[in-house]
Amino acid sequence: MTDRLPGFATLAIHAGAQPDPTTGARATPIYQTTSFVFNDADHAASLFGLQAFGNIYTRIGNPTNAVLEERVAALEGGTAALAVASGHAAQVVALQMLLRPGDEFIAARQLYGGSINQFTHAFKSFGWNVVWADGDDISTFEQAVSPRTKAIFIESLANPGGSVTDIEAVSAVARKAGVPLIVDNTLATPYLIRPIDHGADIVLHSATKFLGGHGNSIAGIIVDAGTFDWSRDNKYPMLSEPRPEYHGIKLQETFGNFAFAIACRVLGLRDLGPALSPFNAFMILTGIETLPLRMQRHCDNARAVAEWLSAHPAVAAVNYAGLAGNRYNNLARKYAPKGAGAVFTFSLKGGYDAGVSLVSNLKLFSHLANIGDTRSLVIHPASTTHSQLDDAAKTKAGAGPDIVRVSIGLEDKDDIIADLDQALQG
Amino acid sequence: MNHDTYDDDYIRGILNGVKTIAMVGASPVNVRPSYFAFKYLAQRGYDMIPVNPGQVGKSLVGKPFVASLRDIDRPVDMVDIFRNADAALALVEEALSLTPLPKVIWMQLGVRNDKAAAMAEAAGLKVVMNRCPKIEYGRLSSEISWMGVNSRTLSAKRAPIPTQGMRLSLNRVSVGGGGTGAADRAAQDKKDSA
Repeated sequence: MTDRLPGFATLAIHAGAQPDPTTGARATPIYQTTSFVFNDADHAASLFGLQAFGNIYTRIGNPTNAVLEERVAALEGGTAALAVASGHAAQVVALQMLLRPGDEFIAARQLYGGSINQFTHAFKSFGWNVVWADGDDISTFEQAVSPRTKAIFIESLANPGGSVTDIEAVSAVARKAGVPLIVDNTLATPYLIRPIDHGADIVLHSATKFLGGHGNSIAGIIVDAGTFDWSRDNKYPMLSEPRPEYHGIKLQETFGNFAFAIACRVLGLRDLGPALSPFNAFMILTGIETLPLRMQRHCDNARAVAEWLSAHPAVAAVNYAGLAGNRYNNLARKYAPKGAGAVFTFSLKGGYDAGVSLVSNLKLFSHLANIGDTRSLVIHPASTTHSQLDDAAKTKAGAGPDIVRVSIGLEDKDDIIADLDQALQG
Repeated sequence: MNHDTYDDDYIRGILNGVKTIAMVGASPVNVRPSYFAFKYLAQRGYDMIPVNPGQVGKSLVGKPFVASLRDIDRPVDMVDIFRNADAALALVEEALSLTPLPKVIWMQLGVRNDKAAAMAEAAGLKVVMNRCPKIEYGRLSSEISWMGVNSRTLSAKRAPIPTQGMRLSLNRVSVGGGGTGAADRAAQDKKDSA
């Protein structure tokens, strides 16, 4: 008998979750506890030695978080996942498994401003050196490869410029260089793009955004594709060499194709400490149950708003990959045929002042520094999320001074458009 | 048969069907993967036999070591090879000399020997390579989900309270055959680089 394969919406509701053994509770309980009792000393030793499946302490793992982890791993087509306190924490934990001081990683310039800051400043202080490439020019990735390169980092749909990255082309560079490709899939979610299907080895999320989807909880996820051979050479000793913390266990030898996720948990999360609250995990899980419905509506609304803005006389340009004629439209059709996401930018003929005026005139849109909420959101990146970059870097990141970024919510699209209409007239 | 990926039903059939497992290369050192895979399978109710000529006279979680497969005093359903790939051929030859024949040859995670597999299959045995029975049992029962691992199975039935020594149901709904697309790619990469 061949197994029938459940679809995406079924996985979004069921993967990882099962009625609670003790109470029969159908919704995933919030296991709001720091610690879990051991059966006996031998059981405790087995758990601490990574020899048995089970829970020890919520900084290392928690049953509510585990449901979230398995669900996102299932939706992304990965072998395992790890939930952490934020998207930024996911980046620190994932890269700490790969880089030693003096090492390099290549990143596309087209990134969320917070990631650009983290890579440029915080990571620099760890001795992890980012080398920038241009997401629109694959040859710049090839040129950036050096013997010290340990990973390549891109966003699938890039924030805020609305660009779509040619994941398969970058993956080819990564494979040739013998390093893993890390894809931040926050803006697309696996509903729109599954980067592992296109060659990603590690997928990261700020689950705060569309996965959670309701603007109420911060969380991050690391997904292990199970595709990278960490033991091919001695580049990744955290995975291939005996770990003194665990009596000389070699993680890849012991855990096979989910060794990276385990390493992130038992070395990264355990020692760096950015554990996710089980309550937040519950909120993100609840959001994910409606992910396919929400993402489709986000995309449909965003497309309608982008089309309407394109025809508005006050608007200079709309950067939405879902529009015909956009430079990323072909890539969007290939990688995200269901829709090009709900975050995009546009520029106004009136420049910086018109942008500031628009933001202050809007009544339905919330002016804040988040994306992927049920509510429509607006921000002026040049003065906020990307304010720490110089003007050239802002423009390269798609956040020039005349740019306004929106995250289109789930309200009636006519109400969203009416709010923009009155604000542009004002 | 294709040994890059396995259908869940194939693995499930093996783990539901076998009772006696001889683990060749079982280590008495309690931090080695063979030790804790052995211990886990014993706790889940399998009749485990540790095979290691250097350890005869000692025992592993209460089970006495034997020197070779031929020294086992009862029929063996499955031979789990916890040795390097080069040792697999001779071990399969030895397994095929047993009466009655074992039903399954299982080579551990990281161990693959296609010639040994072909020989076992020609004799009517089932073969699994480059997998760990502890991980597969944990995956199909979803016990491994505590580690954030994708079990690739679903169930809307109330989960059992996992207690020591309990056998778990492996009969959940499978989500995706024997592996993800990712597993296929990793296997292809290994072939390409070999």
